[in-house]
Amino acid sequence: MKEKWFLTFPPELTEEPVTYTLIKNYDLRINILRASIGLNVTGNLLILIDGTPNAISEALTWLKTTGINVDSGDSQIIWNDELCVHCGACTAVCPAKALSLDPKTWLLSFSPEKCLACGHCIPACPLGAITNQKRRENV
Amino acid sequence: MSNKKSYEEINKKIKEGKAVIVSADEVLDIIAEKGITEAAKYVDVVTTATFGPMCSTGAFLNFGHADPPIRMTSVTLNDVPAYAGLAAVDAYIGATETSISKGIHYGGAHVICDLIDRKEVRLQASSPGTDCYPRKSIDTCITLDDINEAYLYNPRNAYQNYSAAINTSDLPLHTYMGILKSNMGNVHYCTSGQLSPLINDPYYRTIGIGTKIFLAGAQGFVSWMGTQFCSGRSRRENGLPDAPGGTLAVSGDLRSMSTEFIQPAVFEDYGISMFVGIGIPIPILDAEMMSNVSITDRDIFTNIEDYSVKRRDKPSLGTVSYEELRSGFVEIQGKKIPTAPITSLHKSRQIAELLKQQIKNGDFEITKPVAQFPLTNTLNTLEIKRKGDA
Ligand code: SF4
Ligand code: SF4
Repeated sequence: MKEKWFLTFPPELTEEPVTYTLIKNYDLRINILRASIGLNVTGNLLILIDGTPNAISEALTWLKTTGINVDSGDSQIIWNDELCVHCGACTAVCPAKALSLDPKTWLLSFSPEKCLACGHCIPACPLGAITNQKRRENV
Repeated sequence: MSNKKSYEEINKKIKEGKAVIVSADEVLDIIAEKGITEAAKYVDVVTTATFGPMCSTGAFLNFGHADPPIRMTSVTLNDVPAYAGLAAVDAYIGATETSISKGIHYGGAHVICDLIDRKEVRLQASSPGTDCYPRKSIDTCITLDDINEAYLYNPRNAYQNYSAAINTSDLPLHTYMGILKSNMGNVHYCTSGQLSPLINDPYYRTIGIGTKIFLAGAQGFVSWMGTQFCSGRSRRENGLPDAPGGTLAVSGDLRSMSTEFIQPAVFEDYGISMFVGIGIPIPILDAEMMSNVSITDRDIFTNIEDYSVKRRDKPSLGTVSYEELRSGFVEIQGKKIPTAPITSLHKSRQIAELLKQQIKNGDFEITKPVAQFPLTNTLNTLEIKRKGDA
């Protein structure tokens, strides 16, 4: 079974060997798609994992108890341009620059191909113009 | 030709279709080409605008009388409490008020927009009952067309400059300036910069009580100085206050508004606010007015305040220009930090453009303020003391 996960680490956990534990203890095959980790800052990791359904669910429980947030990297971010007022409040929270304001027209544009599906932009939009189609329910 | 123009002369030119009306963005090219003095003769009106979250927003409503009548003492609209400590069927619904059942996901701002969109709104009210107002409760539905007066009255809008926000702590902050990421992850700023009304008229020469304005699609008026009006701040050479300065209290008829220019804003874990669109025309009376509107984002400076310090006075991490803020990042303590606005420049420009067209078409007259704002106001703070303490 394959899944795409977006992990968010609190700053105190950036030294935790997460991928090692996932491989060693849960026998997951891991492909790191994107990573943004620095010492003592919030870190992000987008990974593709492959393993048995059982191992995946146990790994999820372990991540959760460790304090690492897991969002489904499979979920699709939907930007509703009819609700959008192009304020820009969602742009600086996006780690992938998938949401950006055009420096000439100051219109917002969304590039799905850059999106990590981390979901950070969803609560940042005061208009509720950004939603998520499928979100992992057990995390 | 004299170098001064009166309001009457400008309005006459507008009527004759001869007036030159441009936005505060467009005027910059004209100044670059002609210089201040010639540009002042050439341009008659400069339009300014802003579209950002303004918490100090609300509406007065008069519901009309039921039979038998009621003196409403507690009122809810779609389950959102409105203030009814006024005459029998008058109430004030504040934008930030939250729904009893839905919390911050529906509130006063949503009620105001539902009214503007002519949606049905549930009105519930109760009263102790009096000889002249015997009814004790009412549960009914209203629309904007069913009730009497309905006007926006916003005690504080259109700040003249505002500090930008940052967060140096290691936890994200949820604020009215949006989500501030931990460890200086982002800087958020508001105001529309060089297009912003009070930034273009720093000493409130043409913007005062009675000035006609574009308010959320309607023609509204400046009704008073806004609350926390702090005109006595230290100012730069160009007249602009270094920190939040003047503000405007504005009012206008809900019936002529459009939700294209007013929208509820829900800031996660903070509460409700309201995006309000305001446009103000500035008549170019003389070269001094032209010099005021010549301000560019390069000349507008603001502080970056640390919102992780949960005190009244937040420390400043430095001063930046709007040009830097607009570039997408600022440098603080050697770190490149992404910036983002929370005021929509796109919408602000749209309003400045629309106002231009309305003036050109003769639908919007330029008004002279009936009273000027004071220039020396300062802010008081609220101290904790007991009655009788000196
Ligand atoms: S989910 Fe939102 S914040 Fe995250 S990468 Fe995609 S657009 Fe950016
Ligand atoms: S925060 Fe929402 S309304 Fe503002 S630009 Fe982003 S998507 Fe549009």
